[in-house]
Amino acid sequence: MTMTSPTTNATLTTENLAVTYTGNREVEAVKGVSLEFAANRLTAIIGPSGCGKSTLLKSLNRLHEIQPNVEIGGDVRLNGESVYDADEPVPEIRRRIGYVPQEPTPLPLSIYENVAYGLRIHGDYESKADLDERVERYLRKVNLWGEVEDRLDAPGAELSTGQIQRLCLARSLAVEPEVLLCDEVTSALDPVSAETVEETLADLKEEYTIVMVTHSMDQARRLADDVVFLYLGEVVEANDVETFFENPQHERTRAFVDGSAIPTTGAVDGEANGDGDGNERATTTDTEPGEPVVAER
Amino acid sequence: MVLDRYARQRLFGWLARGAAALVVAVMVLVVAVTIYRGGRVFITDPAIAVTPPGSRYMLEAEGGFFHAVLGSVFIVGPATVVSAILAVSTAIYLQSDYSSERFSETVNMFLNVLWGTPPIVYGVFVLTVIIAVGAQTSLFFGIVAIAIFQYPIMTRYTDEALRAAPDTVREATYGLGATRFETALITVRAALPGIVAGIVMGFARGIGDAATVLFTAGRSTNMPAGPFEPATTLPVLIFDQAMSFNAEVRSHAYAASFVLIVAVLGLILASKLLAGRYARFAPGGRHS
Amino acid sequence: MTGSTETESAADGSSRLGRRLLAERLSGYWFGGAGYFAVALFALIVLTLLYQSLPLLAEYSVVQALTSSNWDPAHNEFGFLPAIVGTVYVTLLSMAMGTPIAILAAIYIAEYAEGRTKTIVSSFIDVLAAIPSVIFGLVALLVVVPFVGDYLAPAVGSDATGLGIFTVSLVMAIVVTPFMISLAVESLEALPDELRESSLGVGATKWETIRSVLLRAAGPGIFSAVLLGFGRVFGATIVPAMLIGGQTQLPESPLATGQTLPTLIVNDFGELMSLPLTQSALIFVGLLLVVVVWLFNFGAMVVRRRLRRRWQY
Repeated sequence: MTMTSPTTNATLTTENLAVTYTGNREVEAVKGVSLEFAANRLTAIIGPSGCGKSTLLKSLNRLHEIQPNVEIGGDVRLNGESVYDADEPVPEIRRRIGYVPQEPTPLPLSIYENVAYGLRIHGDYESKADLDERVERYLRKVNLWGEVEDRLDAPGAELSTGQIQRLCLARSLAVEPEVLLCDEVTSALDPVSAETVEETLADLKEEYTIVMVTHSMDQARRLADDVVFLYLGEVVEANDVETFFENPQHERTRAFVDGSAIPTTGAVDGEANGDGDGNERATTTDTEPGEPVVAER
Repeated sequence: MVLDRYARQRLFGWLARGAAALVVAVMVLVVAVTIYRGGRVFITDPAIAVTPPGSRYMLEAEGGFFHAVLGSVFIVGPATVVSAILAVSTAIYLQSDYSSERFSETVNMFLNVLWGTPPIVYGVFVLTVIIAVGAQTSLFFGIVAIAIFQYPIMTRYTDEALRAAPDTVREATYGLGATRFETALITVRAALPGIVAGIVMGFARGIGDAATVLFTAGRSTNMPAGPFEPATTLPVLIFDQAMSFNAEVRSHAYAASFVLIVAVLGLILASKLLAGRYARFAPGGRHS
Repeated sequence: MTGSTETESAADGSSRLGRRLLAERLSGYWFGGAGYFAVALFALIVLTLLYQSLPLLAEYSVVQALTSSNWDPAHNEFGFLPAIVGTVYVTLLSMAMGTPIAILAAIYIAEYAEGRTKTIVSSFIDVLAAIPSVIFGLVALLVVVPFVGDYLAPAVGSDATGLGIFTVSLVMAIVVTPFMISLAVESLEALPDELRESSLGVGATKWETIRSVLLRAAGPGIFSAVLLGFGRVFGATIVPAMLIGGQTQLPESPLATGQTLPTLIVNDFGELMSLPLTQSALIFVGLLLVVVVWLFNFGAMVVRRRLRRRWQY
């Protein structure tokens, strides 16, 4: 309980992970994916919109379960322990595998309470002073402390979107997860805020195992240690960042990296809202040069 | 500690389920009692809903309650038409470019107060007017009272429906050189499902309300004879029947309730079907 | 911006454009009138009720009328206290019974129910919301009144008949619960899924997410829902008139008979309409109801604004 600045060495692996939406029509969003997200590295999952990136990410800590009509196949293992067949209750798993959504989402609480939220729930603090200390530590960790230290009691929603996204990171980190899942965390931000968040992520990958969904090729190149290319719910290629971009092993990867348009097949998980297509529209405005043109619906 | 959290989570899950089950059970009970008791009366005497009342109906249950069925139709029907026209106009005024935003807000505040005003107040108001002009309670004043009662309800639903219609519709129409009036008509078309649902909702509320007509329509026990003659409606009749000392009259109250429930449920069903039908014209509208 | 140019070009003589602009102008008058109608109606109601209340207010001070418990129109005694106490009793009891059930049921529909079950339960609640309240009164006469009179009252050592404040409160709670549920469900369902994911993502349980995050974020909407229920109980007429027993005295216990402000009007309007002062007194009750609703709306607006700021997401 009193560990300081934890450095985790957690490895997350998937074994034949499959996610199927069983709504009006059956859609297999993730098709038998086996991957290893190595400890203390940042893995970027890229691919055209609607390819199942978000679905894959959320199934890593069973967050997709809040939607009805989803079936799962295979398993996810955290340091070898099964996530889907765990002895622990699901919230304990989610605590160890944290999640930051694409939209900057403050909880309806003050800045302070946003960070303290998870700690209070888990009872992970010894005294008010300890709680104060932890809130400050994690706000510093995401480079937000200086901007908010004099207004910790203000509603979280009154911050700018870039600040809110860092607040969300601090909130996730405060419960000391071993793995952090980030769903296009910069795509809803303006370029300047996006850069700040990227810097924060770059700092964090020293200490955490981070899995990040992005559809900016440049961001993957800048931040990632490993890259996974997902297409139509299947892994086309998974490699370290250098090999992936300089010497892609697959024709399709090369085409994607080189920027030739890969048509989205459409509707892989549009209905199930797994990828939040509505939100991705916002990102077309700040498409960075060199990013492949991905057909948007 | 850990166990506590999950125990609490289960407990509240079951409480939530229990609360929903309780509400559903109450609803089943109310409808079942009405249909069972009302149905029993109808089986022995199916014609009472279309038989005019005898001269001693409230005392001895001679005849039936056709007068109240007709009264409901003649009062709530015209009231709904009048109220719908006014409500849609007001809502268009609030949501279109006819008014300044500031004035819209003021009107909205008054509408909110009207919306929350107890129906009995409308009844008292109309009765006060009746006394002031020296008239007598009649079908006409019943229409007035119900129309006033429905007006804020329908305005609110219409206002919400218009608000939900995308701005792009309005911009696109202006872009074609349309006047404010023509633009308003197109916006109404886009919001039609919501508006229709709101009007039917107002109709349903009007047909079920007793407090507004209690003192304004006359609580008549005879067939409605003309717009300025006393009349009654089903809810008022049920209220009077329920208080009767005659058991047979009281049992007629269930029969009348049966008719009322069927009418209201029919209206709701109609509103859902109509809303679905008109939804084709609503861009991005609800697909129910 | 378009107004002046349109008028100028109207003179060009294009009759089609002329017709369109005429329609435009007439519609302006009509819609403007409709906008003012809402305000005018409200003003007319308040002024009429106020004017007709003046005879009473000339004889008694407002404070005197509101605090006296002696109601005897035949002898020109108009104390509203018993009816006010009855109204407060009924409103508070109903809300105490209805609100927790409504919020829990709304949570079930918005957060737990899925698929067919959800559709079925919500349409049951829609139906319940649409049933006229007179029918609830009627069924209550058959079900609730005997239950309270034969079982509940003896159990607590009371000789109440079953008609009274408690019965009214229970039935009114049933009447308003579905309204509150629909509104609360609406505001819960309007919340973005990211809120749920954010809370669950740090290891919160579903219930912790609902309690600490969703109920807060939907707070302003749920507050409005509760307030709507409040207003409906407060002004309810038919159910109390059928079930309260209609005795104008200060109620001794929740099971006692009593009177609410609206039932005062229903019970006394008919016979006593000929006495001018009584008529004025009952119209004053109407005015009182409007004023309270007004104050409530205003207070609610202020509170809602503060909640929305405090609990924004």
